[in-house]
Amino acid sequence: MPTETTTAAHISTAEALDKIRNRFPALGFHEFRGDTTLTVSTDQLLAVMRYVKEACGFDMLLCVSAVDHMPESPRFEVHYTVTQSETGAILLVRCEAKNDNEPIVPSLVGLWRSANWLEREQYDLMGIRFEGHPDLRRIMMWEEYPYHPLRKDFPVAGVPLEKGNGIFTEKAPTSGAPFTTAPGGRTAAEREPRSRG
Amino acid sequence: MQGRRISQCVCPAYGTFLDFSVWQGYAGAQMATQDQQLVENNYMCDPDADGGFVYTTLEAAINWMHKYSLWPMPMGTSCCAIEYMAASCSRYDISRFGSEVNRYAPRQADFMFICGTITYKMAGLVRRIWDQMPEPKWCIACGACACSGGMFRSYSVLQGVDKIVPVDVYVSGCPPRPEALLQGLITLQDKIMATDHPLKDFFRTHDLRKAQRGDTIPAGIFDD
Repeated sequence: MPTETTTAAHISTAEALDKIRNRFPALGFHEFRGDTTLTVSTDQLLAVMRYVKEACGFDMLLCVSAVDHMPESPRFEVHYTVTQSETGAILLVRCEAKNDNEPIVPSLVGLWRSANWLEREQYDLMGIRFEGHPDLRRIMMWEEYPYHPLRKDFPVAGVPLEKGNGIFTEKAPTSGAPFTTAPGGRTAAEREPRSRG
Repeated sequence: MQGRRISQCVCPAYGTFLDFSVWQGYAGAQMATQDQQLVENNYMCDPDADGGFVYTTLEAAINWMHKYSLWPMPMGTSCCAIEYMAASCSRYDISRFGSEVNRYAPRQADFMFICGTITYKMAGLVRRIWDQMPEPKWCIACGACACSGGMFRSYSVLQGVDKIVPVDVYVSGCPPRPEALLQGLITLQDKIMATDHPLKDFFRTHDLRKAQRGDTIPAGIFDD
């Protein structure tokens, strides 16, 4: 995938942040213990990320993660961690998704090819649609699975599914007998599951 | 001795007496000192036979062959598979029990060693491989995850492989040590030795000459 040659691979983090601030003065900057977080809207995300990559030398996408703030109104936000491979400097970019139930965020596969699988993971587990992704399939659960299991309204024990295509799911026992320890016993032997027979 | 039915006997003949001449010397010494009828009752070799015969029941012989040539189909999905690798290498040496021939082709395998967490996504594949294995076949579930889902009480993990395949032996541990795997294998061997083979009564109830003339084997003999 041909891209423009990076012109500023060696600039320092402070310099890079200044450049971003001058170019996009409306962005939210938040600094905590030396790490800077940009808050970007979905409309600006592609332009900001392209500038961050090609003008500021953050040439490597480390991580794409997503957060579910369920009762609140911008429910989902996507976090990108980019780094300068020359200096190791890290920049966090935070982007709130537009829609609450069907969150949509533009895809970064055009900028970093490593975003392909990372975004598929977030689509699979959190149900965030990445607009413009070339191959937005599930990557961990199987294709027919109907849920996005890391959302807050999904029970950790799972939801029973009928057998389809040889695959089924059941509700996992998460408390009670016989695999959890009983509270109140004085010794570990009294608390352990086997003591209940 | 002809026509006398030898009662159910184990098959230690080659294990105990490696060479037939050694056995002959041993049996002869026994017969010199003891009642001959007692010796005949207790040993399964016919000392008067020319080439050396071993009397046994068909059931015991077939089970014995199964027992010492168990070829595993290793379903190694996580850390229990590391313990299985240790068990199959020289330090623990699973070949002492006749089970060192790992077969990654299911049609050549005798039993399935399920070592590790089976997710729901993997469950269909495990079942398909199990269906591709020919009878007779057995299954050992190794470790907490394979037995019951283990610590993964979650939406993605099958809560015990016995929901998809019949399990013969459960090995506890997280992960089980190689000794535990070997103990599970020995337990499976004991279970095989106790198998009631459907061919047991075949020659007693069916005329051999008729069978040689091409009669079909009656239904129910080879069905499980």
